[in-house]
Amino acid sequence: MVDATLDRSGQAMVGARGTKPKKRLSGRNIMLYGTLIVVCLYYILPLWVMVMTSLKGMPEVRLGNIFAPPVEITFEPWVKAWSTACTGLNCDGLSRGFWNSVIITVPSVILSIIIASVNGYALINWKFKGSDIFFTILIFGSFIPYQIMLYPIVILLREAGIYGTLWGLVIVHTIFGMPILTLLFRNYFSSIPEELFKAARVDGAGFWGIYFRIMLPMSLPIFVVALILQVTGIWNDFLFGVVYTKPELYPMTVQLNNIVNSVQGVKEYNVNMAATLLTGLVPLIIYFLSGKLFVRGIAAGAVKG
Amino acid sequence: MTNSIEVKDLTLSFGSVSVLKNMNIDVAEGEFIVLLGPSGCGKSTLLNCLAGLLDITDGQIWIKGKNVTWAEPSERGIGMVFQSYALYPQMTVRGNLSFGLKNARMPQAEIDKRVARAAEILQIQPLLDRKPGALSGGQRQRVAIGRALVRDVDVFLFDEPLSNLDAKLRSELRVEIKRLHARLNNTMVYVTHDQIEALTLADRIAVMKGGVIQQLADPQTIYNKPVNLFVAGFIGSPAMNMLSGKTVDGGRAFQFGATRIDLAGYDGGAVLERDQAILGLRPEHITISDAPVPGRSIPAEVEIHENLGADSLLWLKAEGREMCVRIPVEGQRNTGTFVHLVLDLAKASLFDTKTELRI
Repeated sequence: MVDATLDRSGQAMVGARGTKPKKRLSGRNIMLYGTLIVVCLYYILPLWVMVMTSLKGMPEVRLGNIFAPPVEITFEPWVKAWSTACTGLNCDGLSRGFWNSVIITVPSVILSIIIASVNGYALINWKFKGSDIFFTILIFGSFIPYQIMLYPIVILLREAGIYGTLWGLVIVHTIFGMPILTLLFRNYFSSIPEELFKAARVDGAGFWGIYFRIMLPMSLPIFVVALILQVTGIWNDFLFGVVYTKPELYPMTVQLNNIVNSVQGVKEYNVNMAATLLTGLVPLIIYFLSGKLFVRGIAAGAVKG
Repeated sequence: MTNSIEVKDLTLSFGSVSVLKNMNIDVAEGEFIVLLGPSGCGKSTLLNCLAGLLDITDGQIWIKGKNVTWAEPSERGIGMVFQSYALYPQMTVRGNLSFGLKNARMPQAEIDKRVARAAEILQIQPLLDRKPGALSGGQRQRVAIGRALVRDVDVFLFDEPLSNLDAKLRSELRVEIKRLHARLNNTMVYVTHDQIEALTLADRIAVMKGGVIQQLADPQTIYNKPVNLFVAGFIGSPAMNMLSGKTVDGGRAFQFGATRIDLAGYDGGAVLERDQAILGLRPEHITISDAPVPGRSIPAEVEIHENLGADSLLWLKAEGREMCVRIPVEGQRNTGTFVHLVLDLAKASLFDTKTELRI
C-alpha cells in the first residue's frame, strides 16, 4: 500500500513511466483486508473477553455485557485465582499448582533435551550396527496414542515404587518426549557437514569432545526449538499430570481444571478467566522471548530427512 | 629407503558391495602419491581408510612401520585436509589450528610455537584471530592445511583440497602445495579427479577405477605408457587418438583402413598378429606433412583449427575417424585441405582390443 502511493507521487514528478499504479481501494484490496480483519477479530475476541472479564467484579460480570470493558477495574480476581481460590479442601489457589508445574517441567525439559540431543548425535555420526532399525522403532513410538500406554505405565511406575511422585512424572515426560526430539536433533545434526566431524576425529576429539566442542556450539537454534516444544508440551499437559500424581502434587493445569469445574457455590467467571490467563502465561512468555530462533531452528531441523 | 605407508591386501565392502578390492600400495618416505580417478572409483574411500575414518573389511595398514589398521585417526600420525575445508566455524583460526593439539594435552607454550610456525609457513599470521566465516576460499584452505601442519606428522592426506576453488586460485595453491612438500619433505597422499593436479604434483600416480588400482607409476610412464585403454583414455586432454585396426605381417605392421603403418620402432612387447588392435597416439605425437611418408603416415582432411594461444589443435578426419593433432600456431591449415599425418611410433601405444591391455 505504502509503496503504491509512493510510486504514484514519484511518477507525477518524472512523468508517466512504469506500470499503471493500482488504486488503494480496489475491490481486491477491500476483499483482502476485510478478510484479514475478520480473521483477526475471530482470534482476538475470546482473548478480549477473557481479559475484560478477569478485570471486572462479580456484580459487573452478572450484567452480562461480556464485550464491554470494565467500568471499575479490579485486580481482585487475579489475586484470588493465584492465592485463595479453592480446589476441594485446599484454598491456596493456583500458586501450589504453579510451583508443582515448575518442579515437573524444569527437570523433564532438561533431562529430555540432554538425552535426545545425544541420541540424535550418536544416531547420525556414530552409526552402529542396527542404528537405523533403532531409529525407526523410536520414531514409530511417536505414532502410538498416549492413552494406550496410560495403564501399563501405571503398573511400571508402581513396580518401580515411584507411582504418584513427581519423579515418576518427570520420567514419563522424558520418555514421551524422546521420539520427536530425537528426530529433531538427528535431522539438525545431519545438516552439519560430515567433514567437520571427520576433521575433529583426526584432531583427536572423542565422542564427548566432538559433542561438546563442535556440535553444541553450532546447534543453538535447535536447542531453542526443543526447549519451546518441551516447555509448552509439558506445561500444558493434563492427562499425565492427573493420572500419575497425587492431589497435593497436581500441576497447574489440573489445578486450573479443578477451580473452573468446581460445582459448589457461585461460578466466579472473573476468577476463572484470571486463572486461565495465569496458566497460559509461561508458554506465551517462552514464545515471545525466542520467536526468531524458533523459526530458524524449526526450518533447519525439518528440511532434511 | 623405508616405507612410510604400506597397504596390504586392503579390502572394503559394504554388505555385498565391494568398494575396494585387494589393494596393495607401498609409499616411500617423502613421496608424493596422487590417487586419481573418476568419481565413484574409491579414491576418497581409500583415503578415509588410511585416515582411520572408515573401518576396513580385510587387510592391513602400516604407517611408519606401525600396524595402525585398528588405531584411532588421531593415533596414526596423519594430518588431513578436506575438500570443504571443514574448519570449525565457531572458533578463530588460532582455535582451529590448536584444537587438535589441545586434545593431545600439549603444553600451551608448545602449541603457541607450532601455531606460529605454521602461520609463518602458510603466511596466515594476520588472519589468526579471525573466524573462518570472514576468510576467502583460498585463505580457508590455507588454514585447513595449517591444521594438518601443526600436528607435525609424517603423513599428509589431501581429499580433493582444491576442487572448491576457482581456476586461478587452484593453480596458485597447487604450486604452493608443491613448495610445501619440497620444504617439509613429508609423505603426501593426494586425492583428485583433476589430471593436471595429478601430473604436476605427483612423484607417482595411482590411477583407480572400480575400486582397483589400474596403474601405479610416475607421471611420465602413466602418460606415455598407459597399461590399458582406461588409463590411456583418462589421462591427457585432448584425449589420445585411438585407431582401431589389426596387426598384420607377423606383427610388423598395423592395418588401419586402407593404410598400412610400419610398426618398427614401437616401444613395447611382442606385437604378433592380432585380429583386433588399437593404436593410440597422443595429439602431440603426430606431425603434419604435405607429402606422404610411406609406412608412417595417414592421409587426412582438415576440419577445424583451434587456437589455444601457446599452440593450436587441428581436428581432422582420417579413414572416417575423428583425429586431433597438436601443432604450432603458425602451422595452421584451412578447412578442407588434404594433409598427411606422420605418426611417431616410438611414443605410440598399442592395445589388444579384447584384453584392453597395452602390448
